Amino acid sequence: MKSFVFFSFLLCAISAQAQSDKYVAAMKKNLDLFDSAKTTQDFQTVANNFERIGDAEKTQWLPYYYAGLALTTSGWMDAKIDKDANSTRVNSLCDKAELIEKNADIYTIRNMAATQQMMVDPQTRWQTYGQQASGALEKAKQIDPNNPRIYYLQGQSVFNTPPAFGGGKDKAKPIFEKSIELFKKEQTKPLYPHWGQDQAEIMLSKCQ
Amino acid sequence: MRKIIAFLALVAIHHGLWAQTIVSGKIKDGKGRPVPGASIALKNTYDGATSDSTGHYKFSTTEKGAQTLLITSVGYKFSEQSIELKSAELHLDIILKEEPNELKAVTITAGSFEAGDSKRGAVMSSLDIATTAGSNADITTALKTLPGTQQVGEQEGLFVRGGAGYETKQYIDGTVVNNPYFTSVPDIATRGRFSPFLFKGTVFSTGGYSAQYGQALSSVLLLESIDLPEKSEIDASVSPLVVGAGTQQLSKDKKSSWGITYNYVNVGLYFNIVKQTPDYFKLPQVHSGDANFRIKTKSGGMIKYYTTFGYNQLGLRRPDIDSTYFKNAFSVINHNWYNNLSWKEYLSNGWKMNLGLSYSTNRDNIQQQLQDQNNRPKQFGDSAYWMQYKNFTLDSRQDLAQAKAVFEKKLGGLSAIRFGAEYWYAYSPATYNDTLHKLIDNYTSVFAESDIYITNDLAAKIGARFEHSSIINKSDVAPRVSLAYKTGKDAQVSLAYGIFYQKPENQQLSYSTNLGYTKATHYIINYQKLTKDRIFRVEAYYKKYDALVRTIPYSYFYATYDNGGNGYAKGIELFWRDKKTFKNFDYWISYSYIDTKREYLNYPTQLMPNYAATHTASIVMKRFVTDIKAGFNFTYSYATGRPYYNFQINNNSKYYIADQGMTKDYHSLNFSAEYLPSLGKKNAKTFIVLFASMTNVLGYNLVYGYNYSFSGQIKEPITPPAKRFYFIGCFLSWGVDRSEDAINNNL
Repeated sequence: MKSFVFFSFLLCAISAQAQSDKYVAAMKKNLDLFDSAKTTQDFQTVANNFERIGDAEKTQWLPYYYAGLALTTSGWMDAKIDKDANSTRVNSLCDKAELIEKNADIYTIRNMAATQQMMVDPQTRWQTYGQQASGALEKAKQIDPNNPRIYYLQGQSVFNTPPAFGGGKDKAKPIFEKSIELFKKEQTKPLYPHWGQDQAEIMLSKCQ
Repeated sequence: MRKIIAFLALVAIHHGLWAQTIVSGKIKDGKGRPVPGASIALKNTYDGATSDSTGHYKFSTTEKGAQTLLITSVGYKFSEQSIELKSAELHLDIILKEEPNELKAVTITAGSFEAGDSKRGAVMSSLDIATTAGSNADITTALKTLPGTQQVGEQEGLFVRGGAGYETKQYIDGTVVNNPYFTSVPDIATRGRFSPFLFKGTVFSTGGYSAQYGQALSSVLLLESIDLPEKSEIDASVSPLVVGAGTQQLSKDKKSSWGITYNYVNVGLYFNIVKQTPDYFKLPQVHSGDANFRIKTKSGGMIKYYTTFGYNQLGLRRPDIDSTYFKNAFSVINHNWYNNLSWKEYLSNGWKMNLGLSYSTNRDNIQQQLQDQNNRPKQFGDSAYWMQYKNFTLDSRQDLAQAKAVFEKKLGGLSAIRFGAEYWYAYSPATYNDTLHKLIDNYTSVFAESDIYITNDLAAKIGARFEHSSIINKSDVAPRVSLAYKTGKDAQVSLAYGIFYQKPENQQLSYSTNLGYTKATHYIINYQKLTKDRIFRVEAYYKKYDALVRTIPYSYFYATYDNGGNGYAKGIELFWRDKKTFKNFDYWISYSYIDTKREYLNYPTQLMPNYAATHTASIVMKRFVTDIKAGFNFTYSYATGRPYYNFQINNNSKYYIADQGMTKDYHSLNFSAEYLPSLGKKNAKTFIVLFASMTNVLGYNLVYGYNYSFSGQIKEPITPPAKRFYFIGCFLSWGVDRSEDAINNNL
């Protein structure tokens, strides 16, 4: 009997460890799937997979974050996607993630969602979604001014704004430089977001 | 060994690894069409799948027993299915119900043009109104570039589909505006009193409108004032014609705001430079001030108050048509005070309430005088009664107090019922020379309406309105029905039918209150295709007018009125707006064809009214050049000639046509440009807009009609007071950006 209790205890521990291993394995598997995703359907599948992990885990914000990132990625790639519907879903994923933890990376996702909605009709939507997008980055900076992805996204926005409206290459360049500098210093933890450095370097080269 | 078995058993209990179940099936919508991209999740597990392009899904799970399957897809209602996992395979097809979606659903568009800053299907935004060349930020003038309107330049008002200007009514936040324009001046169209920037949404309905609105035979213009401003700011405007200053203050918690504005118009300098045909002996001057407050309530409703006070004066002199020696002098002093208080509130159980109160008073002191060459007044005896008639004073006042309440309940999905009541108290005394005519009307109305969404693709709006006016002591019931059916992703067909009543004008009622409502019946069919950057619409209509007010002459001196008039209007209209084909270039084209005749006022038979042109077209073009931060706008409007008549009274005291003709075609090319130097400067303290405009660039001689002398021997063209109108101005705003505060507060 004694040994049974011991085994049970041991198994619970194993189980907890297995649970965590299962989480890590599922995350890794889906991050690989994310990397190989090409079509909107692929990204949707990845996003749904991540959301299921998040819903089951209840204490992990990363699955929701990646679900949101997968959807915003398809938002950039697929011109036909309904940006309002997609961004609404992204924001609801961010809401779920923020119930667990508020951080700069989630705000970068919100920034992309708002930017995509603005791009639908920049002239009329600039006031609402443009401000939402820049507001999200401001909030991200308040939480973690050293997150390099904030500056990559800010650089993108400046780069794509016509020079007459205060944007352009010259203005974007120092922002990308700052971003890359921070990327070099960034210490990445397993499973945590680490994307953006390559993209920032490509953008910087476009600013030369 | 036993220990190992026990261990395995325990592992099995813990992990349930005995067997897998494959769950598969198809996700469909209510019409059996596949739903791709739906998420299928086994609750509290990682297991699940995403449906493919044919709606199929498949996944395997090691879970056992009673479980819950959650199915979610954007645009569909969330679905939860209880399942029992026991065998190796489970097949489950799921039907998802469509989420009622305002954006996807069909909207009833027959007869109406929506303009708003964020609304889908908006035809014009307030910025569009300001940047439509020729409009000079006058709402009515900008709306004249839409189909269904006439290019009438000699009087104010929107002349819609065979209807006269007074047959179009303007509403602000649900209540009617009694004097939306500055006081009429003979042969000159006056501007509207309200700036387009006061409003976030405008619906211009050219027929078939909702039972919520009455007393407009042809058209309603529904203006919805802005809620809270985006930020606090101070504004100023400087131009040779007008100077103004104002502020809007938004509270820190962004729950309330207040604002005041003052403007002063003086055309003295301008008239020195740009010569006017009439001799202005009293230069047009306008003082106007407005104030507002807005409060957001706890449940997301709004309380808004807006008031505007205006004082203006002008006096002008023209040669008298019946003589070569005398002059005709007209002058007016006007005071106008308008108040509007509205309260929109979300109640419990899906009820919504809209309350509106408004009070306005308008006073005109008009003097019309014949003067000699030295500008001294000249009186005539009875032998020259037609001359003496031109000497008069008219002191009139129009007060209108009204209350309106509308209650709305959502009935699942997008369907809703709406009902309400309104009451108007109109007090309109007028002293013509020494005779006082006092008109008092108590007008009450109740109305009910329902929006019925049979599916997202088929909707109906059915309503009725009961009205009673005490001054004529008559009641009526006006039914209104419209239908809309979605024929494709972006395309839809709408139909509308309705009966509309309007009581006779005050001027007629002061002669006789023994009159009934005038009546119009509208039939409209509309097709619309709407994408993000393009709008195409075509609309055909037939309108029947009954009981129009006729003038019954007894003599030159005396006439009375009856409801013996009638008429019709039918036509087809096209509208095309395109922001896509040419980069940074936005244009719209509208065309209207109308066939209309009516017997009313002094028309002896059914005739084409003198404000109607058979063909009307406008092209509006806007190009913003971002490199130089400047925009350039052109509007070209064209209309075929309009009929004009000289009606005389024969020996049997009947009107007859003594002379008639057609004016030449109307052409007008207008230009405006704006320059925004502070655009894009991030922490710019001052935001500057420089604006310049010019009407009738090509200098056409516009003729709106003809005035006849008493004898009918002389006719004179009615022309604008100057060939062109120029405007330059500088608009400044200093914004107090509170976005930083907002960010801090939300952290």
